[in-house]
Amino acid sequence: MSTKLAKIEKRTAYLLILPSVLLVFSIILFPIFSNIWISFKNVELKDLRIPEPRAKKLVKSIKDNPNKIKIIYKLRNSSLTQEITNVKFKDKYPDNIKPINLDKRCEFKQKLLQCELGNWPKKYRENLEIVFQNTSNQEISKKKLKSYKPKLSGKSQNILLTYEFTLNNFKKVIKDIAFIDLLSTTFYYTFFGTIGAIVFGILAAQMVNQKFFGRTFMRSVLLFPYVAPVVALAYTWELLLDPTSGTLNNLLINYQIIDGPINLLGQKYVTLNILGLDFKLRLALTTVIIFEIWRYFPLAFLFILARLQAVPKELYEAADVDGANPIQKFLNITLPQILAVISILFMIRFIWNFNKFEDIFLLTGGASGTRTLPINVYQQGFSIGDIGMGSAVSIVIVVFLLIFMFIYFKLLGKRADEN
Amino acid sequence: MKIKNILTYSFISSLFLFSLICIWKILVTLQGIELTNFNFNKLFIFGIILCVINLLIGKKFNLNIKIILLAILFSIFDYFTSINLPIWYSLGVFLISLFFFNNIKNYDKNFLLKNHSSQKLFFNFLTLFGITLFSFVILFPFYMMLVTSFKTQALLLLNPLDFSINFAQGLPELFKSYFIVFKDYNFGRYMLTSTIVSLGTVVITLIFAIPAAYAVARLNFFGKNFLSTSILIIYLFPAIVLVIPLYTIFSQLGLRNSIEGLLIVYTATTLPVAIYMLQGYFKSIPKELEEAGIIDGQNWLGIIFKIILPLSLPAISSVALYVFMIAWNEFLFSLMFLDRPNTFTLSRAIQFLNVGAETPRQYLMAGSVVVTLPILIIFVYFEKYLVSGLTAGSVKG
Repeated sequence: MSTKLAKIEKRTAYLLILPSVLLVFSIILFPIFSNIWISFKNVELKDLRIPEPRAKKLVKSIKDNPNKIKIIYKLRNSSLTQEITNVKFKDKYPDNIKPINLDKRCEFKQKLLQCELGNWPKKYRENLEIVFQNTSNQEISKKKLKSYKPKLSGKSQNILLTYEFTLNNFKKVIKDIAFIDLLSTTFYYTFFGTIGAIVFGILAAQMVNQKFFGRTFMRSVLLFPYVAPVVALAYTWELLLDPTSGTLNNLLINYQIIDGPINLLGQKYVTLNILGLDFKLRLALTTVIIFEIWRYFPLAFLFILARLQAVPKELYEAADVDGANPIQKFLNITLPQILAVISILFMIRFIWNFNKFEDIFLLTGGASGTRTLPINVYQQGFSIGDIGMGSAVSIVIVVFLLIFMFIYFKLLGKRADEN
Repeated sequence: MKIKNILTYSFISSLFLFSLICIWKILVTLQGIELTNFNFNKLFIFGIILCVINLLIGKKFNLNIKIILLAILFSIFDYFTSINLPIWYSLGVFLISLFFFNNIKNYDKNFLLKNHSSQKLFFNFLTLFGITLFSFVILFPFYMMLVTSFKTQALLLLNPLDFSINFAQGLPELFKSYFIVFKDYNFGRYMLTSTIVSLGTVVITLIFAIPAAYAVARLNFFGKNFLSTSILIIYLFPAIVLVIPLYTIFSQLGLRNSIEGLLIVYTATTLPVAIYMLQGYFKSIPKELEEAGIIDGQNWLGIIFKIILPLSLPAISSVALYVFMIAWNEFLFSLMFLDRPNTFTLSRAIQFLNVGAETPRQYLMAGSVVVTLPILIIFVYFEKYLVSGLTAGSVKG
């Protein structure tokens, strides 16, 4: 009895999870794996359209002979690059008409015309003309003739499904696209974006954890950048930072803080003079990182605040009795309490910043030294149109991601052991 | 010791006052009023003097009179250091200094003799300063977005710092950008598409996720542990590695430029987190309730609909709001999959506006307000639910 119940339970469970599993498998897992397949192929954006045989039907009456009618099919191969093999043609006609000069490749049977048109090379064009004889006395309506649409079918090679593979994409990844530069930009962006977001998250959480007027309102406001759509925010920032008409530059010039406008999003390097030493700072990248911090510190804030509110008040009271100063309290009580949250936050944010696409894409489009790996996927795949290359870069991302995840889950497991 | 404490106290206090005044001055400048100097030296030194006076007076007479007096002194000083400024500017300075002196009114000589008093002071001001600065930095872009949408390109080129809103021109003229964005740029349609896509994603995700989450939370089956860990792993894969294969497959299947295609992708990408969030909540529902249901002769469908769903409405609303937010804000897939204007979502439409022709910036900002406002209203209104959704779903972002 109990085994029967267990069986029913099992079957119900599979039934309940099956739709989700199928959907996630086909839209997430399958594409991740097909990246591997595509990355070994030489596919371009223009190859993606499947070649189709097409026909345009023209109906013409013949002069001096109302009993005859001519139909012209303008046939063509839609693809400029690929051949279509074994093209078949089908069309239907009303009663009472019969073809006179039938093409050798075609056959007419009971109102139905079928043709075997063989192989069409790329860019192929042909006009197929057939004259029909009216066998009844009624006039043939052209409209009716035109209302039947010819059907064509043919086989073409889908470039995605062939077994031709190449290593060129990966060779190009390593050689052509300044891979080291790309990686260092990505890590620079990821690392500083993550650290910044966490530091500001801690500061904000410390502030909001104290009692003051308008605290709940403050908490909502701090989350605004995270919940608002990235498109709107990125374009607002772009307008704010614009070198000629942007508010920030104009304000700084107005208050005589800078002499001339700074193109914060369009200048690759800026040389800073600190204590007589020249430092070269990647300006556009730094600006993008600041936007990143501005947008994502709320998340760190939310996590840390939740943790801070769980810290027992007695600890601080005891510290007060011992005469600890605020810095000591922060270093010795608060920090150890939130360290675990911070390490998890760091890993999660690191993974996500590593994959961040929209923010940089909308702000700079990857120009002036802000090209990261995800931006490169887009540029290879859709700006240059080399789908295979784009996939190869995606594979690089996935490999890094798997390494990070491995570390992350190791860390998580270790923490679980400790508790 | 005492001198050191007095010095740090007055320095920090005056610096805080000065930065408040700076923020006020920036906002005033953006109203088109000519103001080219923060007057750091004069204001800072006078601030120090007033702070010391505040300390010396201590609690000798009524504190309210004290702060009003000090605030008036500061405002008058500020009025004479700057020239030709409207009266409302000085009123703002007065209110700010009132707020400031109200904060330091309780300090007197005795306070500075206590242990760590200067550090405590420093942290008090850091908190206040942090709150003002954080609010300013966060709200400033939103404020600029809003006021830019009320201006015209010509006025902005004339004086790029004048964002004052001219209410005298009448409402139709004021909201002109919005009328144009909805009429000429078809934003009504895009808004409808965005709403349909977001609501559709929420409904389909819930239909898929609730049964799956129930199975993961309650039923025993082979591969359950594997499934629940892989949910998280799958969720960590970003959209950018899916984009190229999905683009190739969708173009060959003819699913690009269709709302259905977008719905499928959005549902699949939000499904893992929805299941993850829901199963956590389902586990917290007492099992006895379901057992009672089984005794009453309910099948699993009955249990889900009559017992689980009514009890987990808060969790379901969190998931729904979170999924709605993700779908509404989503940009990458809408950029890849939609290139015909009649299928655009709001995000895609704004990007199209920016990239396309030289769109005047007030239209761009009006569009941005149109896409931002609904989500902010939803957020403020349902904050409790959305925050718990954000916390649970924050592995992604």
